[in-house]
Amino acid sequence: MSAPITPSAPITPSAPITPSAPTTMTSAPKAAPPAAPTIVLIGHGMVGQRFLEALVRRNVTEAAARIVVFCEEPRPAYDRVQLTSYFSGRTPAELSLVEDGFMARHGIELHLGDPAESIDRAARTVTARSGLTVAYDTLVLATGSYPFVPPVPGKDSDGCFVYRTVEDLLAIEAYAEHRTTGVVVGGGLLGLEAAGALKGLGLTTHIVEFNPRLMAIQVDEGGGAALRRTVEDMGLIVHTGVGGKEITADDAGAVTAMALSDGSSIDTDLVIFSAGVRPRDQLARDCGLEVGERGGIAVDERCRTSDPAVYAIGECALAADGRVYGLVAPGYEMAEVAADAIGAGEPGPVRGTGFGGADTSTKLKLLGVDVASFGDAHGTADGCLDVVYSDSRTGVYKKLVVGADGALLGGVLVGDAEAYGMLRPLTGSVPPVAPEQLVLPAGLGAPAALGPSALPDEAVVCNCHNVTKGAIRSAVADHRCTTVPEVRKCTKAGTGCGSCVKALTALVNDELEAGGVSVDKGLCGCFAYTRAELYEIVRTLRITTYAQLLDSHGRAEARQGDGCEVCKPAVGSIIASLAPTLGASGYVLDGEQAALQDTNDHFLANLQRNGSYSIVPRIPGGEITPEKLIVIGEVARDFGLYTKITGGQRIDLFGARVDQLPPIWARLVDAGFESGHAYGKALRTVKSCVGQTWCRYGVQDSVRMAIDLELRYRGLRSPHKLKSAVSGCARECAEARGKDFGVIATSTGWNLYVGGNGGADPRHADLLAQDLDDEKLIRLIDRFLMFYIRTADRLERTSAWLERIEGGLDHVRDVVVDDSLGLCAELEAMMAGHVTGYRDEWAETLGDPERLRRFVSFVNAPDAPDPTVKFVPERDQVKPDLTILSGPTLPVRTLEGTAGR
Amino acid sequence: MTMAPERTAVRVELLVDQRWFAVCELTDLTPGRGVAALLPDGAQVAVFLDRSGRAYAIANRDPFTGAYVLSRGLLGSAAGRPFVASPLLKQRFDLETGRCLDDEGVAVQAYVTRTRDAAARGA
Ligand SMILES: Cc1cc2nc3c(=O)[nH]c(=O)nc-3n(C[C@H](O)[C@H](O)[C@H](O)COP(=O)(O)OP(=O)(O)OC[C@H]3O[C@@H](n4cnc5c(N)ncnc54)[C@H](O)[C@@H]3O)c2cc1C
Ligand code: SF4
Ligand code: FES
Repeated sequence: MSAPITPSAPITPSAPITPSAPTTMTSAPKAAPPAAPTIVLIGHGMVGQRFLEALVRRNVTEAAARIVVFCEEPRPAYDRVQLTSYFSGRTPAELSLVEDGFMARHGIELHLGDPAESIDRAARTVTARSGLTVAYDTLVLATGSYPFVPPVPGKDSDGCFVYRTVEDLLAIEAYAEHRTTGVVVGGGLLGLEAAGALKGLGLTTHIVEFNPRLMAIQVDEGGGAALRRTVEDMGLIVHTGVGGKEITADDAGAVTAMALSDGSSIDTDLVIFSAGVRPRDQLARDCGLEVGERGGIAVDERCRTSDPAVYAIGECALAADGRVYGLVAPGYEMAEVAADAIGAGEPGPVRGTGFGGADTSTKLKLLGVDVASFGDAHGTADGCLDVVYSDSRTGVYKKLVVGADGALLGGVLVGDAEAYGMLRPLTGSVPPVAPEQLVLPAGLGAPAALGPSALPDEAVVCNCHNVTKGAIRSAVADHRCTTVPEVRKCTKAGTGCGSCVKALTALVNDELEAGGVSVDKGLCGCFAYTRAELYEIVRTLRITTYAQLLDSHGRAEARQGDGCEVCKPAVGSIIASLAPTLGASGYVLDGEQAALQDTNDHFLANLQRNGSYSIVPRIPGGEITPEKLIVIGEVARDFGLYTKITGGQRIDLFGARVDQLPPIWARLVDAGFESGHAYGKALRTVKSCVGQTWCRYGVQDSVRMAIDLELRYRGLRSPHKLKSAVSGCARECAEARGKDFGVIATSTGWNLYVGGNGGADPRHADLLAQDLDDEKLIRLIDRFLMFYIRTADRLERTSAWLERIEGGLDHVRDVVVDDSLGLCAELEAMMAGHVTGYRDEWAETLGDPERLRRFVSFVNAPDAPDPTVKFVPERDQVKPDLTILSGPTLPVRTLEGTAGR
Repeated sequence: MTMAPERTAVRVELLVDQRWFAVCELTDLTPGRGVAALLPDGAQVAVFLDRSGRAYAIANRDPFTGAYVLSRGLLGSAAGRPFVASPLLKQRFDLETGRCLDDEGVAVQAYVTRTRDAAARGA
């Protein structure tokens, strides 16, 4: 590492500053003392935000400098790389890159929706659209790129869009509603992402590409052919070797068709231009800064422009190596280099080399299509050789470029990019095994997956954040990170495009193991195993009782004991969900099971604060006849119950004493109701909107599907409660994306979303698969649920589970869609066992006098009601009389992490 | 109010005001669970059976919520001592002493219990 660099434009106090107008996200009172220099940043995109973070890390904030940011977009910096994930449920807020309170904490003045309009380099001022003028000592341009729109006639018609910002996506989504066809101009990386998005919105989608193949920049001819097949199999229509010639519009100015250069024409409602980007260098041109011939603000290796007080970073910059980089990683690198130069002398690492060029590896983030290219993908180096594996049946194409000395120089992977996370870091070195072994599919002579242990320490594992294997190992060894999320937080690895997460996870686990770190992941003080491990033990050893499991697999000190309130219900649930497989009784009140269940399961009702219970009959899909509604009303009236409509589209009846449960249920069962399992860790409800049958927008019968799903999965015991919903169209009135598994109708079938959650920790569900027919949908949900039940921790909702498990959503998709573990047949069989074994718990209980015996308030006075369960009136109904109980309210003891005791 | 029948083999008795009071029969209890019973003065007790067949009794009122629900909690053992976890907010109570394991200052009344052959009664 060389000596610190002295910036040629040292920060010096400036002339008085034009007072800043009130802004959205500033903390004016914390502004720097008047003597501090001012740094103005134009553009708050991905690189701009990274630059601010880099300044903060170097302590160049508040006291040291006043920082003013002009942001053209109406929202602070967000993850543009993951933009398309908006269509699979990520909200704009979730895409944000700015931590809450970041600006205020560091006294940064952020002007949202106020673009800089001119720069006066002589006076060193920037003037924004609002009229605000700020004097600078150092100016940083991070204005990014704009999408290039080819000059086709009609390109400004209504229905023509670009694909760059959140606002673009919102506009596309709104316009696509009720429309049937879309064209994407450009078959590159972004064009394919945009096309995938249009397809997801239910449009028939065309891709028009001028080059003879898709992703011409990244992949070679063979890869292009394989990619085309895969893309066409997804139902997209590909036109290569043609350009758009003219767009025609109707009288109102809305797009109706696009004529192509080969004389043909596509009828379309919507056009997205994705024909490349151009650096936004207009501001720089206007103030006379040097720009490249083909655009881009010329900078040196320190990211300084031709004016030493002005820097340019990110996609707007023409780097010293003569290239404009359209990727985020090089931009991040520039942000660090510029922050170094500006903040030199301040503490923090200083880079000796500056920015001299970067890797342009990419991986496509398109559902179901695996495409990656890295390094010298086209084999341009002297004397290099290709190693190619191609299987046109499966659409797999892999090419590695190997140098004369045997070093891996680059490659293209289509259809199976599994190895990308491993191969990219190996680039530049001689791989530990022969290159042909690296491209062969597993089982065909490929080494049993080349682990990241084979990588040298200096290999860059995460390209987006330039994190080496060594840095990851050190995060575990020196910074005591013990989980992948901790390492992600510590090193930032895996927080960009996400393509390295698999390799990262393997590495972290290896390192933990090597360090002999053993984290007690045991379920509780009684078991050193996790829930998923216990599930496997119970399943493979066919253990049917809790006592058997405790005595054979409990911690030594817990064997022969009574267990605890944590593991008993968890094991009870495992045995119940495996019951059909084990041949055990699934009935929750039977034998030993009775002693394992929480009180709610024990009494098949939900305990309320005064010791009374609530009753929730199942109302599948929220559909109910007037007769049944009347029965619920009569039962509630006759037993004096409080009634409330729930969020799950059913009706709760509150205030029953334990001895009233059987007579109440006798009437409900008689009228055709079943247990709603509101008391169990089981399927709760499948909500629905009215769908196609009544709603003018509906495209499928969402109610029927909801009822089918609810009846199929009712009674299924799982690690936590399960909720679901079905919406009849993309308007999503049933809020399916807030559910563990949500289904949204498309014009051709159903999209399945998984891992959603409401409550305190909301999460939008992720798209697992799209355009499924009824049968495929149900089969996929069967597999998904059983895989979750098998591998989740105790009380782990699907949302947390998806976030936790290795490989995340991609892994789940591999397992349940592509059957990568060969488990699907077994998962389906288990669900079939559940479906045939289902019995209504309340009907069974009512038919068995032995089971009914427990429904008494007092064992020695079976007919005496509990005098402490009393009610007082409120709003024409009842509520618990708490004066009888009057005691202090104390916090709930948490049940998490009980291994310690 | 009907009291439990007096025929079967083994009954569970509590020491209340220096006298043994029969609350139920052993067969009324499930190992690992509890039942509620009324004492002659109207007080409520929670009676439990552990895995080895030993009976315990503590007051039924959960001091943290005021609700009479401890009999509906789950039994467990920690360091060889049996406890019940309240079904409402999950605090644990030692079944022999009534002491709350999660809050030192809190305890519920615990009762001495014994099991008796019905035949041996009166002897
Ligand atoms: C859909 C999509 C997918 C992508 N996928 C990948 C990927 O997988 N991997 C990858 O490496 N890269 C990807 N990219 C590219 C990546 O997003 C960019 O490289 C990155 O955002 C560049 O950051 P930046 O800060 O230079 O520009 P931007 O993020 O574009 O930020 C520039 C900001 O400056 C603002 N601005 C411009 N002019 C002014 C002005 N005069 N005043 C104030 N503000 C102004 C703009 O509004 C914008 O908000 C993708 C891009 C898109 C659109
Ligand atoms: S989601 Fe359902 S109710 Fe809402 S608009 Fe679509 S079909 Fe109609
Ligand atoms: S390589 Fe993109 S997040 Fe690591």
